[in-house]
Amino acid sequence: MDDLDLRLIKLTQDGIELVPEPFKKIARELNISEEEVINRINTLIEHGIVRRFGASIGHRALGILFNAMCVWNVPDHRVEEVGAIMAGFDEVSHCYERLRSPDWEYNLYAMVHARTREECERIAHEISLATGISDYTILFSEKEFKKTGVRI
Amino acid sequence: MTMIEALDPIDRQLVNTIQLDFPLNPYPFRILGGRIGISEEEVIDRLKKLTDIGVVRKIGPILSTTAIGGSSTLIAMQVPEYEVDRVAARINEFGEVSHNYLRPGKYNLWFTVSARKKERLHEIISEISELGYPFLNLPVNRLFKIGVKFEV
Repeated sequence: MDDLDLRLIKLTQDGIELVPEPFKKIARELNISEEEVINRINTLIEHGIVRRFGASIGHRALGILFNAMCVWNVPDHRVEEVGAIMAGFDEVSHCYERLRSPDWEYNLYAMVHARTREECERIAHEISLATGISDYTILFSEKEFKKTGVRI
Repeated sequence: MTMIEALDPIDRQLVNTIQLDFPLNPYPFRILGGRIGISEEEVIDRLKKLTDIGVVRKIGPILSTTAIGGSSTLIAMQVPEYEVDRVAARINEFGEVSHNYLRPGKYNLWFTVSARKKERLHEIISEISELGYPFLNLPVNRLFKIGVKFEV
């Protein structure tokens, strides 16, 4: 990634304009052709720097009001297998293994999004049945202080 | 009424398409219109409306922190309830904080930090520890799923 890529990301990360030729202004600003703007975005995607180029959705506006962080205490030797099962649930948007802490025994995290609290709880219960992991807790978000996505 | 009920089938098709298949082309909205069978102008009008109601947050690059050479972590902080709004606002001042939520439990403030460089992440963590509240530093060890698309 060179300096131009960095500037391209900075110019687009908050969203392109909703105009017929949204890349035109960006090209002009970077002093390159529109074609090069598009080629560079494609290259950034190929290199995995940009995961995808597209829309970010506002869950809240879609009635997906509940965001539950389900944390699980999974025996280390089962993490690979259990993580894969959790990732297979459509309602799970993100799933990670994180390091345990002396004061925090949970090591697997699954973000569950649903329209109601009960639906989140039901999904967590289904995951528990599917994985055999019963030591878990659901942390609903009570307030969103910030949500921006990764920026540079 | 939630916003999802305000979406007609064309809106839904548009929202589903622009998450994963946004055309990287000088005239992306014309191409989208061609796929769905509406005019470029109508695509833009609908996207403006969807943005106004918060269903579409933005159209742009979704970045991968690790791929831009950076590193990230999740912090869970223990903050007395009466101070939580003030501390959350202080933490949000870091541009590197992308998500920040209030959740129930002993550790109640949960936020993610994604920095371009490891050194910067350490710097932020040390500034955060100066706030004087106990916290857990929970970096990802293994990744199982990162949300890509939300079907509406």
